[in-house]
Amino acid sequence: MQRYILRRLLQGALLLFIVALVVFALARVSGNPIDLLVREDATAEDRAHLQKALGLDRPMHEQLYIFLTGAVRGDLGQSIRYRRSAAEVFFERLPNTLKLLPLAMAGALAIAIPLGVLAAVYRGTLVDRLAGGLAVLGIATPQFWLGIVLIYVFSIQLGVLPSARMGGPSHYVLPAVTLGVFLLAGMMRLVRSSLLEVMGSEFVKLARLKGLSQTIVIWKHCLRNALIPVVTLFGVYFALLVTGAIVTETVFAWPGVGRLTYEAVIFRDYPLLQAVILLKAVIVLSVNLVVDILYAYLDPRVRYA
Amino acid sequence: MASPGRVVLEVRDLHAYLYTRWGVVRAVDGVSFALREGETLGLVGESGCGKTMTALSVLRLMPEPAGRIVQGQVLLEGEDLVTKSESEMRRVRGRRISMILQDPQTSLNPVFTVGSQIVEALRMRYADGVDALRRLAEEALRRVKVAAPAERLRAFPHQMSGGMKQRVVGAIAVAGEPRVLIADEPTTALDVTIQLQYLVLLKEIQARTRLAMLFITHDFGIVARMCDRVAVMYAGRIVETGPTRALFRAPRHPYTAALMASVPRMEASVERLPSIEGQPPLLHHMPVGCRFAPRCSYVDDRCRREYPPVVPIGPAHEASCWRVEPSPPSR
Repeated sequence: MQRYILRRLLQGALLLFIVALVVFALARVSGNPIDLLVREDATAEDRAHLQKALGLDRPMHEQLYIFLTGAVRGDLGQSIRYRRSAAEVFFERLPNTLKLLPLAMAGALAIAIPLGVLAAVYRGTLVDRLAGGLAVLGIATPQFWLGIVLIYVFSIQLGVLPSARMGGPSHYVLPAVTLGVFLLAGMMRLVRSSLLEVMGSEFVKLARLKGLSQTIVIWKHCLRNALIPVVTLFGVYFALLVTGAIVTETVFAWPGVGRLTYEAVIFRDYPLLQAVILLKAVIVLSVNLVVDILYAYLDPRVRYA
Repeated sequence: MASPGRVVLEVRDLHAYLYTRWGVVRAVDGVSFALREGETLGLVGESGCGKTMTALSVLRLMPEPAGRIVQGQVLLEGEDLVTKSESEMRRVRGRRISMILQDPQTSLNPVFTVGSQIVEALRMRYADGVDALRRLAEEALRRVKVAAPAERLRAFPHQMSGGMKQRVVGAIAVAGEPRVLIADEPTTALDVTIQLQYLVLLKEIQARTRLAMLFITHDFGIVARMCDRVAVMYAGRIVETGPTRALFRAPRHPYTAALMASVPRMEASVERLPSIEGQPPLLHHMPVGCRFAPRCSYVDDRCRREYPPVVPIGPAHEASCWRVEPSPPSR
């Protein structure tokens, strides 16, 4: 197990290096930040001065060298817009996203697992079809649209929930629902299909041959096996949300890393954008490692391989 | 042959159908047999003739929601299982009738230890604490001749060989001290070298516990070794039943005879093994008369019109064929 984890960490480091290269290159082909930073009536002299101050006048390979050596030391540069350490800005925003995510995920799981089990056990009945319809709706609904509709109904028309920014518990409801609906749909379908597959296994027949009740057979013998692919999806979704809550956070003006990413792009804040993407990559890799370890816990065949 | 004990399981005119979208499959269509204490009855026939469905309907574990018992009785020590509720059936399964499935590779749950899966079966029978149950599980593994049983309890199924897994499945099946054990081709998925060991093991368990065994197979070699009596099944019905020796010496139903003729023999070399021409009937499109009529070399008009009655031939030997005379075998 230790060797496995060590191997994964080394793979992760290599991957991060590649991500760093890509980020560095992408940021530089997407436009010139000087245009956004200086006033319209600035002279060429002013522009050159600023370019020099930011180090953008140096040759590419030198910029890359500075970026990489800094990154290894944990210094991801200064945000142009915030005039502070980019990593610091990222970590200031991260808790806000992390407060939202578990709510959305826990809520989605709490509904997806029982609903998926019900749909599988009562397959072909009205329950199954209703659950299936909900899932299609959930997957097909764009987050920005759902967010806006929720704001319209609950904040503007009913006036019961706040529409934007962080605050008390009521501020969490709409963004968490917007994020959760998407998760719920995919997970519900996966729980259903993988449970159905497991229910046809011989070991399920053997469990029933022992005289076990249907409830124990489903919730113990089947679900434990059926959850293995769900955990994988969970990991993918978690990573997706940490990095991609951009739309939801922007709609609800939620000061998390999703919105920070949006800002970094809009203001061509290179150092911030580089930092945001690189740190998100670190998060995705860590989550995947945790998921793989969890996977090994669920499936003994992986544990001893 | 074991001394005949009392009848523990009697199946009377059992009809179990599968309601599929292509029509009604009459998988078990009027099957009757009796099983005595300490006796082994072999149920033989081609794939898809309804052997496994018969076993599953005895335990009321037919595939849901398609499978249904439509007629007949399954009498376990005089009680009819067909009319029992699901919760009553749960107390029958494992404790009074058990079953060993065909493929040991898939019979055990991959995510639980072998020990916990045996303990689970024992818990249905004994109200002891976990420690006591684990000792019983260890004992159960020892009885099916698994080496180092205490360590094996902590192992996962994928860490065991196929033969070992099937021993564990056997241990689970007899953990609840059932009166009847159904073995559904228990050695088909095993290596030839392991097969014999496993059969001997089953015989030993039977000798110790006076189990009644229903042994499903298509291997006549295994039938000769294991079974006191044989029932030959064709297209959802039993066509001939008899003591193993009598049936082997003088098969009376043309299907039994044809089936035995297609078994390769060591002593005679032949160019080509005799085979039975044609295909078994589609189970949702059964002929009116004798089901074997389309493939039978002795067929006449009456065979096509009417299903033959059960004709007693000799001691405990009977066949469903218009051609057999109700007399003891001549030889």
